[in-house]
Amino acid sequence: MTPSQRRWIFLVVGTGLAAFYLWGLSGLPGFGNYPGPYGPAILRIAVAQTNATGVVSAINFDYRGFDTVGEEFILFVAATGVAIVLRTLRGERERAAVDEAADRDVPPTSSAVRMVAVLFTGPVVLAGWWLASHAQTDPSGGFQGGVMLATAFVLIYLSGEFLVFKRFSPADITEAVEAVGAGGYAAIGVSAVAMGLAYLKDFLPLGQVPGAVSSSGTIALISFFVGIEVAAAFILIVAELLEQTLLIRQGG
Amino acid sequence: MNTLAVNTPYTVPVAMMDVLQVTLLVLVAAGATAVVLIRARVRQVLMLSIYGVLLAVLFLAFQAPDVTLSELTIGAVLLPIVILLTLAKVRKREQ
Repeated sequence: MTPSQRRWIFLVVGTGLAAFYLWGLSGLPGFGNYPGPYGPAILRIAVAQTNATGVVSAINFDYRGFDTVGEEFILFVAATGVAIVLRTLRGERERAAVDEAADRDVPPTSSAVRMVAVLFTGPVVLAGWWLASHAQTDPSGGFQGGVMLATAFVLIYLSGEFLVFKRFSPADITEAVEAVGAGGYAAIGVSAVAMGLAYLKDFLPLGQVPGAVSSSGTIALISFFVGIEVAAAFILIVAELLEQTLLIRQGG
Repeated sequence: MNTLAVNTPYTVPVAMMDVLQVTLLVLVAAGATAVVLIRARVRQVLMLSIYGVLLAVLFLAFQAPDVTLSELTIGAVLLPIVILLTLAKVRKREQ
């Protein structure tokens, strides 16, 4: 096929695609005008029903909690997949974190990077923990909080050495925490079934004050489990990738 | 309709919000183009991180603070880290 033929095919297909796209756009509801009934309905009843003022979390962890279990296990399976694909194979050996070019000086971590990393680690842990444990009061949740907690471990790596990072995140514990997080969420759902309720039905006391930390029953608890699962999953993924840079293949 | 759980003590004029949203949309489009056009790998990753921040601000302006938090942590921090680690591994093998 000559380049000019290819260009013609692209022009025809591209025009068709653009036409369909514009046609579809013209049928959309006006910008900002959500026509469905669910948004207003949820806004009307969510706070009274769940005692959570973080309505996004109420939807994620209660009304559509079943969807979120699925998403949770997508991440779980993805982290497991990374761990399996990046395992140490036969013919591979790990070597110590030494520099490769002995004739060149390894640039030490600059004190600026070290300083920023050390200064940020504490606040990042605090913010991550706060996000994961306040899903019932603000638009955060276990996912965002968990990722932030994992970021704190990356900061530890940046501030010091890979080995310090390893000591702070032993694989056995990370994997166990990840499993507890994912399993905990599912177990909350099963507990509801054991009580004769629907799967993931909120069975804990909702508290007196809407939006208080103690409010919203299982929403806060699920967010906590999601938080530790997500944090552990990302720490696991980053640790596996870091380890990969230390792996060498025999003869290669 | 006054069914919101939290009443904000301030209001922003609609026209100002429109300007902000359009500006952010243009910035995001420019950022995405920059990510594609930059060919140096490490620089591209840095641009990707900046693009993540732009997207996060965009989501905030479109009233999705929960998505903002996700985008900040994933798009601006973790995705660049994962790509940088992969680059480090690949570079080591090339040597």
